[in-house]
Amino acid sequence: MFDTLSARLGQVFDKLRGRGALSEGDVDEALREVRVALLEADVALPVVKDFLAQVREHAVGQEVIRSVAPAQMVIKIVYDHLVSTLGSEAAGINLAAQPPVPVLMVGLQGSGKTTTTAKLALRLQNENKKKVMMASLDVHRPAAQEQLRVLGEQAGVVTLPVIAGQQPVDIAKRAMDAARLRGFDVVLLDTAGRLSIDEALMAEASLVRTAVRPSEVLLVADALTGQDAVTTAKAFHARLGVTGIVLTRVDGDSRGGAALSMRAVTGVPIKFLGAGEKLDALEPFYPDRIASRILGMGDIVSLVEKAKATIDEDDAKKMEAKLLAGSFDMDDYASQIKQMRKMGGLDGVMAMLPGVAKAKAQLAAANIDDKLLARQLAIIQSMTKEERRKVKILDASRRRRIAEGSGTSVPEVNKVLKQHRTMADMVKKIGKLGPKGLARHGLPGFPGTAGFGRN
Amino acid sequence: MTGSTTGSAPALGWLARLRTGLSKTAGALGGGIAGLLGGRKIDRATLQELEDQLVAADLGVRVAGRITKRLGDTRMGRELTPVELREALAEEIAGVLAPAERALDLTAAKPFVLLVVGVNGTGKTTTIGKLAARMRGEGRKVMIAAGDTFRAAAIEQLRVWGERAGAEVVADAPGADAAGLAFTALQKAREAKADVLLIDTAGRLQNKADLMAELAKIVRVLHKLDTTAPHAVLLVLDATTGQNARSQVEVFRGIAEVSGLVMAKLDGTARGGMLVAIAEEFGLPVYFIGVGEGVDDLQPFRATEFARSLVGLEP
Repeated sequence: MFDTLSARLGQVFDKLRGRGALSEGDVDEALREVRVALLEADVALPVVKDFLAQVREHAVGQEVIRSVAPAQMVIKIVYDHLVSTLGSEAAGINLAAQPPVPVLMVGLQGSGKTTTTAKLALRLQNENKKKVMMASLDVHRPAAQEQLRVLGEQAGVVTLPVIAGQQPVDIAKRAMDAARLRGFDVVLLDTAGRLSIDEALMAEASLVRTAVRPSEVLLVADALTGQDAVTTAKAFHARLGVTGIVLTRVDGDSRGGAALSMRAVTGVPIKFLGAGEKLDALEPFYPDRIASRILGMGDIVSLVEKAKATIDEDDAKKMEAKLLAGSFDMDDYASQIKQMRKMGGLDGVMAMLPGVAKAKAQLAAANIDDKLLARQLAIIQSMTKEERRKVKILDASRRRRIAEGSGTSVPEVNKVLKQHRTMADMVKKIGKLGPKGLARHGLPGFPGTAGFGRN
Repeated sequence: MTGSTTGSAPALGWLARLRTGLSKTAGALGGGIAGLLGGRKIDRATLQELEDQLVAADLGVRVAGRITKRLGDTRMGRELTPVELREALAEEIAGVLAPAERALDLTAAKPFVLLVVGVNGTGKTTTIGKLAARMRGEGRKVMIAAGDTFRAAAIEQLRVWGERAGAEVVADAPGADAAGLAFTALQKAREAKADVLLIDTAGRLQNKADLMAELAKIVRVLHKLDTTAPHAVLLVLDATTGQNARSQVEVFRGIAEVSGLVMAKLDGTARGGMLVAIAEEFGLPVYFIGVGEGVDDLQPFRATEFARSLVGLEP
């Protein structure tokens, strides 16, 4: 359903190749596509409008660098702006106060407050070496206090014993007293889920806040949230003075535009991401990751960096020479496979590329997965040196021997040969173009995946 | 959970509540459209503003675009007052939603097995509590299976609901096999001659293949005892969810044979506009909407009322 932004912008800019600078018209046309992409990613409309106005200012009149396609150029501008809006600094949790330091957890019903409270407690205990106590102030949802107690047991974090009938403000005070007496560093106060328009419950949370003066008020919000993210974040911030946001269910497949919406309207940093059912699944926030995800473009930057770090310079030079000569043997093919595996296997590479969903479907259809890479490698390794250099000599009996030696089958061996041939053909073409062609195409992609990175 | 609604709170109808919510929300859809124009011609600018308002209610860019385009096709150039404009918009939306307004027939089997599924935190357990109360109110014998054996204290939460509704709760130890529990519960419901068996399940994100496979297993196991069971599979959607709701419907429908929807949390500021896109694409019935946490805060879905409240009109 979601076209990647890069694909869309590619279409927009196809007709403008070879122009000097981005004109107002070009930029406006491109930003219309960006608008749709942001809205499909659930960024709230008012935030989208502000954001685009800012990007427009940056983009108009920008020189188009000759080696970069205008589409890439706009994406880069949008992406950079998105990252800086999301907050380029990683913000940790502020515990600089007289212990016990109270932290208040607030949010809508079902946003994941209780689970997040336990995850955060575990993290503070393990990584910050703090003595942590948790207390549930949720006297509304049936068994909510029991839920936190059980999670405390699972995480090995102390919870305040429940006194039936006690009200939130009193529980909070009792938690602080108990923590003071017993020398705890941090007290996490989990509150009941509430609607931003529920006056009574917002007033109750506000009373708790006044009573314990927390050093952090963390808004726990669901990454699946739609346009309502702005309303909710604004209301909680106005009433309770939110100091940070924890985005949950980042392990789902939503595009997570709520992150941008909430950050933009509150100005408070996103501090953590909840990314799994297990209690250790709480991660620090990386703006670049969420930015790529919102734009649906995969983590292009990290891919490039990873590729740089992984591909050995010498290897690359050797490969370049081979490419220019237009020759590409089985050893070269094997080294391509090895490089892919070094970069985290197909899944690792794919996750960083734009258009992933489509590419993954194609891969699934072609039955290409990481196991297959390993098997292909095994097949190549079962060939003799001579066979690897001169593929032509592989007759039926050699193929049978290779299949047996690698624990595969003859059709699989044939498949490797076919893929090698496809790749070798491509290499020949690039070789004919000379060094210029090489620079334009970069190293050839893996057969079947070739072209995924280019839009 | 709203303090006032532990049992008997009703008084306000859900529409009244929705409107209360709306009036408290600055920039809510109704207000937005009201602020658009006073008897202005329908032109491109008007349509763009309308489309924006629908987008802000989570209808999604494409659906919002289609609906405003239809409005433009039939009424371009005409001069409409704000109310007329809203009426016209509500009419378009109600047209899309109308096929989704269907009642849940519980007489097809006895016990009628109803499986409740959804992503974490959408309101499955609360919905089950309210469903049980509603069905008890209709004079049915109801049994509940506490199939969320994963989340801490989910079983205790359901027991409280069972007590409120007057329904027996079948449970196993935390961490037990949910499919096994569903099987046992169906046997028990048969023995007890219950009219309805409601089965709760653990929340799961639809992109987690292993958890979705577990859900498929629950359905398979129920099939074994009764080839027609589960007789209904309800997917609970959260009104605050944005575009991802579509993928939830698609995947849960594929794996757990979802036969109908419930939209929870419509008492907040979220408008739940994704329902329009979903109704259009999947044609699934929307049986109920959740408008609060009291036992009686579950209402049948009415297409026209929903459409009208979406654009800020009286029912």
